[in-house]
Amino acid sequence: MVLNRLSKRFAELRAADRAGLVVYTMAGDPDHDAALAIMKGLPGAGVDIIELGMPFSDPMADGPAIQLAAQRSLAAGGSLARTLDTLRAFRKDDRETPVVLMGYYNPIHAQGPAVFAAQASAAGADGVIVVDLPPEEAPELTVHLNEHGIHLIFLTAPTTDAARLPTVLEQAGGFLYYVSITGVTGTASADEKAVEAAVKRLRQHTDLPIAVGFGINTPAQAAAIARVSDAAVVGSAVVKLIAEGNGPGPVLDFVRALAEGVHSARK
Amino acid sequence: MSTPNTFRSGPDDRGHYGIHGGRFVAETLMPLILDVEKAYAAAQADPAFHAELKHYLTHYVGRPSPLYLAQRLTDKLGGAKVYLKREDLNHTGAHKINNCMGQILLAMRMGKKRIIAETGAGQHGVATATVCALFGLECVIYMGATDIERQAPNVFRMKLLGATVKPVTSGAGTLKDAMNDALRDWVANVDTTYYLIGTVAGPHPYPMIVRDFQCVIGEEVKVQLQDQEGRANPDSLVACIGGGSNAMGLFHPYLDAPDVRIIGVEAAGHGIKTGKHAASLTGGKPGVLHGNRTYLLQDDNGQIAEAHSISAGLDYPGIGPEHSWLHDIGRVEYVSVTDDEAMEAFQTLTRLEGIIPALESSHAIAHVMKLAPTLPKDHIMVINLSGRGDKDVGTVARSMGVEL
Ligand SMILES: Cc1ncc(COP(=O)(O)O)c(C=O)c1O
Repeated sequence: MVLNRLSKRFAELRAADRAGLVVYTMAGDPDHDAALAIMKGLPGAGVDIIELGMPFSDPMADGPAIQLAAQRSLAAGGSLARTLDTLRAFRKDDRETPVVLMGYYNPIHAQGPAVFAAQASAAGADGVIVVDLPPEEAPELTVHLNEHGIHLIFLTAPTTDAARLPTVLEQAGGFLYYVSITGVTGTASADEKAVEAAVKRLRQHTDLPIAVGFGINTPAQAAAIARVSDAAVVGSAVVKLIAEGNGPGPVLDFVRALAEGVHSARK
Repeated sequence: MSTPNTFRSGPDDRGHYGIHGGRFVAETLMPLILDVEKAYAAAQADPAFHAELKHYLTHYVGRPSPLYLAQRLTDKLGGAKVYLKREDLNHTGAHKINNCMGQILLAMRMGKKRIIAETGAGQHGVATATVCALFGLECVIYMGATDIERQAPNVFRMKLLGATVKPVTSGAGTLKDAMNDALRDWVANVDTTYYLIGTVAGPHPYPMIVRDFQCVIGEEVKVQLQDQEGRANPDSLVACIGGGSNAMGLFHPYLDAPDVRIIGVEAAGHGIKTGKHAASLTGGKPGVLHGNRTYLLQDDNGQIAEAHSISAGLDYPGIGPEHSWLHDIGRVEYVSVTDDEAMEAFQTLTRLEGIIPALESSHAIAHVMKLAPTLPKDHIMVINLSGRGDKDVGTVARSMGVEL
């Protein structure tokens, strides 16, 4: 098991007995510089782990908010290469905050998994989530990510039963991402009781930290999820603020409120 | 690459055809797709399933569809003897119903009450809405906004049949975008819903399932040609390719007959060089979209490109994975035909044979119009006439500058 920024951050969180806040933004949304400015502010606003979206033309697992974010990014010249530029620029000032790249397989496939792994590592990525790459098809990417100490993070869903879970866990690294709703991103609200039961079930099968996302939109929801899991992931709610034309000020205010909710959840 | 001793044994147990195929979907869908695979294997092994399917294909769809010697077309081209496999005469007017009938029986065996599908030309949407009406199931069809406009008669047919048609405005509003939204719907409604995919694409087992249900086309040709020509094998087969289901249905039963030349025709739109086309094999490279690895139209950054074809049913930037494999190993030749060539073929067949072909099928005819004159008179060629052109009359009128 590789010990990178991601593993280190979860160890710190565990030692402090608090849950983490994971925030997703789309690279290059609304444009490269504006997205970078927001990203740079996230750690100061209390974000423990950053998920950086890699724009894709056909984001099948995303709801309207993130679909539109990808379209804005692509229209402004966004790409996988530009996403890594963003990360490289971020890493100039921040060598501590773990960054997970999240997106779809085709842009990675077009680069070639080996080239992608080397470039992502050089840019300072700690983990990668590829929504449409289930464990059965993942070895062609994991083999290269492993060489560079980057975790491939897998999703589990309410539909992932006990029979399937071992398949998912086999190559899972960094943390396990529990998708709290059956649906695309940003379209429903997570149910705390159901999430609690699901996390309990997952803990019987893995020691990996468990982050929960897809249906968390408010500080109160984030706090509720933080009580029963290792980290709460918020994406669409932040992306919507960016869509409304908000710059770092209002976006980071919202993120600070999320962080307060998450960090005080277990007190 | 070594040549396998059969071309018909694929896919492997994880749905791969060479490097193509597989299952590239969000984890939420994986258990469902595994369920579909299990249910399909059980149905395949159950004689009652086959008997029920046969019953509906015969008495409801109207199979077997005729194999018709197009004598006037043959005379005009002055070369090969051209047969048309008349899928246009099926109930609902295209080959799509073959697959819908099979999958709807499967969905009912799985206890699903809500059916979703994507559609481009609207033929698959109409066929899906038809079988849903037949069995009293809820039906939701995703269709790109652009396609809704150019295939208005089919949209109304779906509504008459009781389906809800959901317009998709993302991207260019064509088949690719409709498939994205159908997948999103499926993720959100996993318990109740069966996704009835309309072509030999998507995650395994769909390319295999759709192929198997369409193979009735080629199997019938074997019998009919034996009857009419005293031999089961033609010299060549030609079919158009959107996702590739009508072509696969004709080709697959003949893949292991080495003397049968097999040709798939993609849509070249305004011409391959213009970049405005839908020819994934001719102009694309391998990538991952909609659950499978296959040849895709895409830019250097791996963003999917918009396809272009005058024919909505061919307007898709991908192709079924088994075709990609057959292309890689060279068993099937893939060529392309432009909008203009297809339009000319449309008019030729209409005037010579009194058969108005779908614009999709017109691509296959257009290629035959180039190829047949170069071949001897004893060369037997079978074209898959995948559908009828009633739905395209508006598009054709517009392109001829005629106001209806
Ligand atoms: C008449 C007809 N032919 C062909 C196609 C293309 O699909 P496929 O390549 O799967 O046969 C369509 C699709 O809508 C169609 O309606």
